[in-house]
Amino acid sequence: MSYIGKSVKRIEDKRLVTGKGKYTDDIKIPGLTHAYILRSPYASANILGIDTSAAKSAEGVISVFVGTDIEGIRGVPTGWQVNFKNGDTMKEPAHPLLVTDAVRHVGDAVALVIAETKEQARDAADLIDVDYEVLEAAVDPAEAIKDGAPLVHEDAPNNICFDWELGNPVSEVDAALAKAHHITSLDFINQRLVPNAIEPRSAIGHYEEHNDHYTLYTSTQNPHLTRLLLCAFVLGIPEHKVRVVSFDVGGGFGSKIFHYTEEALVIWASRKINRPIKWTAERSESFLTDAHGRDHVTSAKMGFDKAGKMVALKVDTIANLGAYLSTFAPAVPTWLHGTLLQGLYTTPKIHIDLKAVFTHTNAVDAYRGAGRPEATYLLERLVDLAALEMNMDPAELRRINFIPAFNGVTEPGYQTQVALQYDSGNYHGVLDRALEKVGYKDFRKAQQESLAKGKLLGIGFSTYIEACGIAPSAVVGALGARAGLFESAQVRVQPTGKVSVYTGSHSHGQGHETTFVQVVADKLGIPMEDVDLVHGDSDAVAFGMGTYGSRSLAVGGSAIVKSVEKILEKGAKIAAHKLEASVDDLDYANGKWTVKGTDKSIAFGDVSLTAYVPHDYPQGLEPGLDFASFYDPTNFTYPFGAHIAIVEIDKETGKVTLQRFVAVDDVGNVINPMIVEGQIHGGVAQGIGQAMLEGAVYDESGQLINGSYMDYAMPRADDFPSFEVERTVTPCPHNPLGVKGAGEAGTIGSTPAVVNAVIDALWKAGFKVKDIKMPLTPERVWTAMNN
Amino acid sequence: MSNQITIKVNGKSYTREVEGRTLLASFLREDLSLTGTHIGCDTSGCGACTVLLDGKAVKSCTILAVQADGATVKTIEGMAENGNLHPLQASFKEKHGLQCGFCTPGMIMVASDFLASNPKPNEQEIRESLEGNFCRCTGYHNIVLAIKDAADTMSA
Repeated sequence: MSYIGKSVKRIEDKRLVTGKGKYTDDIKIPGLTHAYILRSPYASANILGIDTSAAKSAEGVISVFVGTDIEGIRGVPTGWQVNFKNGDTMKEPAHPLLVTDAVRHVGDAVALVIAETKEQARDAADLIDVDYEVLEAAVDPAEAIKDGAPLVHEDAPNNICFDWELGNPVSEVDAALAKAHHITSLDFINQRLVPNAIEPRSAIGHYEEHNDHYTLYTSTQNPHLTRLLLCAFVLGIPEHKVRVVSFDVGGGFGSKIFHYTEEALVIWASRKINRPIKWTAERSESFLTDAHGRDHVTSAKMGFDKAGKMVALKVDTIANLGAYLSTFAPAVPTWLHGTLLQGLYTTPKIHIDLKAVFTHTNAVDAYRGAGRPEATYLLERLVDLAALEMNMDPAELRRINFIPAFNGVTEPGYQTQVALQYDSGNYHGVLDRALEKVGYKDFRKAQQESLAKGKLLGIGFSTYIEACGIAPSAVVGALGARAGLFESAQVRVQPTGKVSVYTGSHSHGQGHETTFVQVVADKLGIPMEDVDLVHGDSDAVAFGMGTYGSRSLAVGGSAIVKSVEKILEKGAKIAAHKLEASVDDLDYANGKWTVKGTDKSIAFGDVSLTAYVPHDYPQGLEPGLDFASFYDPTNFTYPFGAHIAIVEIDKETGKVTLQRFVAVDDVGNVINPMIVEGQIHGGVAQGIGQAMLEGAVYDESGQLINGSYMDYAMPRADDFPSFEVERTVTPCPHNPLGVKGAGEAGTIGSTPAVVNAVIDALWKAGFKVKDIKMPLTPERVWTAMNN
Repeated sequence: MSNQITIKVNGKSYTREVEGRTLLASFLREDLSLTGTHIGCDTSGCGACTVLLDGKAVKSCTILAVQADGATVKTIEGMAENGNLHPLQASFKEKHGLQCGFCTPGMIMVASDFLASNPKPNEQEIRESLEGNFCRCTGYHNIVLAIKDAADTMSA
């Protein structure tokens, strides 16, 4: 049975297209109560008093809790530590489940109301009287670090969480820049985004007194880590007494990786009231409390020699982390961003200096791509701008700076100036294919002809690399991770030869129930119908590190392969016994072991049955056919690609129309091309969304002024053309499937291609604009042409 | 304040007491346990809750359950007949028109109304018909292909 590499239709779709998915808010439990969280309307205020008496006596109300009711619980922790340049530990203020003395962003949780119905809980919350002393807020990260700015946390002077640097000594970078023939510099903002998974976050806490066990149903990408943090770091509940369940999850994009306060609140309060409690975010709460993404203020310089070879890159970034540290927040602007500044280029000197900053805004953490889109945006904007400034072709400028192709097997990996060693790559290959697909030469001709007719066309490039398949535990441990980043898998062969696969990865749209089954069925040579995937339940799956950082197949899939190999190894011993042959004389193919050169064989199902009915069985061999494995990768994986956007600008209004979007990506080997293409489509759409439409806007008092679908410009179907996607294949040399990961590639690559296309159109029309702030609204583009 | 309403949903008649403020979306989910209709926002923006009300696609969070008294409603649970997927359901599966699946019921319901009025749409018309429905996973690419595929099947 050959399944790997085939566009097998998804197994999970049958329940999802018929409305039978089981998302957290769909779950009903007898005795279920409903929670509503009263949130701060102010970005910064002292709490002088809270009167809950009216709420407590309102109809249907079971309990009202405020921060002082849960004293002794510090709050939710962060999972990554980054130290100051001088070695001091980063500032790590508590993120309480409910605040006590002060609120630090709009949406900070003030009180928890539990009632028989959601409406009753919401009505009662309206009756809570909070006495706020409203204070000035620090909102803009560049302003927040100035002396005299309002402080988010008393113990973080100038609102700095940590400062950090990476790369070559700054003196060497400065010296290289001083000798450069040309320097392209750019000051820009990578704006804050709201992830906007369409399913709002939801959590049900259920304490059962009779066996002293808790169940948390939650919309998470990361059930086991949530359990670990909840038990060991927040509530101090023994881990074996908690089950975390995450069935269908309606999109994550990073925002559901993290352990959120609401999960701990419903578990804690469920024991208090001895009933199950459901909390589901309203969309306005999602806007205010789902961890946001990006939010960098950057100043960068790239130096070139006479021939256009890059000689140095110097970067200064201020990264806004929001009011509290979310689970992976410190890692995103540092180890997932600074480390990618080599890009696809041979730049010999690179330095980044970064300040991570608290503001009175919602937390910022990993959002699809997480740090890598910011690095790609930085590099690719600089390269295209440099080409315009030096009057060079942007594709050619890239070509002369590309790292030459290397396979990572017979040729070594590429050691960057910023800590990483790339695994394998062929960067010319993706660019050449993308240029061919877009018809580059013809386009340049058409562009000139259009210009003569007053029509502004532009083409923009982005050639990107990312580090995913996250990640070798020892490496990330040395970089400050407080967790390992391996994955676990169990492959359980039932006596009849049917197979249950348990993975610590979590599927929330990626199609693991199909692709992981393809891998196992293919390797075992049995029909896919004979294999099922189990995920998202900490009682069923031994352990897991969840799904993010495009890690599921590269890490979780590798763990599965290890277990399959153990199954086949033990199966061969049983088969050899039954066939009266030696293991070395057996071949395994098409679901059976055959004695080489004979027609003597035994089927997988017969071996499975023998393992569980071990009457005639190898001496000393344990019964059963069931193996667990842990896989810890030896390196990150490094997908790469070339994205090209073609835009037309309406000169009268500044409106940008995206005419074409070509993406040629290399994600290594592919198990299911249909699913990989779907991942690229969705990723590209999110990247284009950042370029053209999206951005969280806080006013100076710290109000999120576009916190609803009436105000935040979510991309719609008619904002996009059909995407033109293709792949090249450069296998990953260090994992058994040769896969690299496809979840984030589209988002990482696409954003700068669109902005570069707009800048290109403007330059060709004589408007020598270096930057337009994203999103590229008609007003901003019009202003750029009319200033 | 309670009101008695009778609504026919997916061919079956239900009589229930509801609060005046209960939205049709909540009524379907909470009172009838038809959780295929999803709620993704609070401003009628996302379209995940789209159902057919007397044959027309409506966002079930924009109307009160009492307003639907006496009406006929079809939800995603009523689309497959006799165990056979509706052509739109089959095409969404065939063309990989869904990933996380949360927006999918709304997409299928709005598309079924759209195809009833425009059985042979072009790509642009399909894209415009989805103006009121958000998908964050697919970039809409395969949703558009799925609706085109279903249109071809249904008009064949």
